[in-house]
Amino acid sequence: MSETAVSSDPVAVVASPSDAAPILRIRGVGKVFGSGPAATVALHDVDLDVARGEFLSVVGASGCGKSTLLNLIAGLDKPTSGTLEVGAKVAFMFQDATLLPWLTARQNIELALKLSGVAKRDRRARAEDLLATVRLDGRGDSRPHELSGGMRQRVALARCLAQDAGIVLMDEPLGALDAMTRDLLHDEIESVVRAQGLTVVFVTHNMREAIRLGDRVVLMGSHPGRILYDEDIPLPHPRQMDSTEVATRAASLTARLKAQGHTHVG
Amino acid sequence: MSADVLTPNVEVAAEAPRGSGFGRKAWAWGWPKLLAIGLVLAFWQVVYVSGWRPAYVLPSPATTLSKLWDMLGTERFWSAMQTTLTRAIIGFLLALLIGTIIGVLVARVRPLRLAVGSLITGLQTMPSIAWFPFAILLFGLTEQAILFVVILGAAPSIANGVINGIDHIPPSYLRLGKVLGAGTIALYRDIALPAAMPGYLAGLTQGWAFAWRSLMAGELLVIIAEKPSLGANLEFARQFSKAPELLATMLVILILGMLVDGLFSSFSRRLRRRRGLAVD
Repeated sequence: MSETAVSSDPVAVVASPSDAAPILRIRGVGKVFGSGPAATVALHDVDLDVARGEFLSVVGASGCGKSTLLNLIAGLDKPTSGTLEVGAKVAFMFQDATLLPWLTARQNIELALKLSGVAKRDRRARAEDLLATVRLDGRGDSRPHELSGGMRQRVALARCLAQDAGIVLMDEPLGALDAMTRDLLHDEIESVVRAQGLTVVFVTHNMREAIRLGDRVVLMGSHPGRILYDEDIPLPHPRQMDSTEVATRAASLTARLKAQGHTHVG
Repeated sequence: MSADVLTPNVEVAAEAPRGSGFGRKAWAWGWPKLLAIGLVLAFWQVVYVSGWRPAYVLPSPATTLSKLWDMLGTERFWSAMQTTLTRAIIGFLLALLIGTIIGVLVARVRPLRLAVGSLITGLQTMPSIAWFPFAILLFGLTEQAILFVVILGAAPSIANGVINGIDHIPPSYLRLGKVLGAGTIALYRDIALPAAMPGYLAGLTQGWAFAWRSLMAGELLVIIAEKPSLGANLEFARQFSKAPELLATMLVILILGMLVDGLFSSFSRRLRRRRGLAVD
């Protein structure tokens, strides 16, 4: 996009991210585990585009193939059919933080820097910066078991940033946290993600959380895992979990899931 | 005589140093051990005083301890100590090398695991002393015979420790490694190896205990001329009915074994505490 194009066409500047070329393009993807009569279809014919800088929430009951989908995007697993085009490096945030217990918080981040090819002499300062970004300055020497669940997820977030990835996959990262810590981390994740211009695929089974964070919500159904519904959420950010708009949309999307025979958890 | 030996321990128990933090800590750590030693000595003394066995067979604690003190001043004792410790270290290091290699292979290569996995556990249950006749047949009354059995005693435990350690690596750590972009080498060096450490260390601790037992059995059975060792000293003391020397040597063997075991446990405790695992 050239300078003149921007100035002559102001609409382009505020265009929604979905108008840009997708950073993630998924076409006809299926995943079958096992073979013969024991085979399970985890994903069936999934089409999905995610735009650069978009925050996509994915909601569905357990067993709808959400995690399988993330594994395919991360390249941890291969699809049985279809194609995935992933246009950036992928980082992953897990439900249980997955910090390595023999390393301190800072060393966990430094390991990600090391494996991303950051020179040894720069790692420590970078790790300190990243700890400050997730407001954990001064906790770098703590071991994971000395940190609260929310702090551990912040370290995990900092580690994602350390990978310098364009896409961050989040697999129910806040599922195990109490409501207050979760609300704080919503703000945290939102501000960090926007500041860095990251694309996020955020998996949850909490409909309100999905709407709280997502530019767009995708509903998934199970047996076989597939995409049921896809909706943009044009509410302004930041949103509140308990606001009326979020509650209303959550109720209508939940009703839609139920109407299709998929009771969702949470 | 009984009072001479017993009172010091009892008095120490009464005068607890309550001064500095370090003193109190050392005291909290030390007094149960001192009490245990005191109880053992008291029991020994009671049996001695009862006259159950004549003094030339079962000497008093005081005689034994003063013999131990004399022994510590002899060159013969230190040369025996050196022989024994050298054998222990070389045997254990070889067992470490062999056990680790076998452990990694068995853990990683499926057919190998099916073939020899249970054999390793089987070997562990085999009393190492039962190997000695065969070892002597193979190597004669030599250093190699002793080392052979020490290695056979310790390596299976170490290999099992490696296998356990690798089996209990949480799959999520390996997944994380791949997500972080670790190649095969980095995955082993930065993730798998440290993750397997607690199991490995447990295997090393057990391996040491087996190595030490096998070595003592070996030194009793395989006595090499002109080469004093702790085990050989035991055997000579028995043959020449030198009961105080025999018991003093046993004490040395016990203390050495406990010291090294304490070293391993303190490594293991530190590692577990750092990782926030249960410390027993």
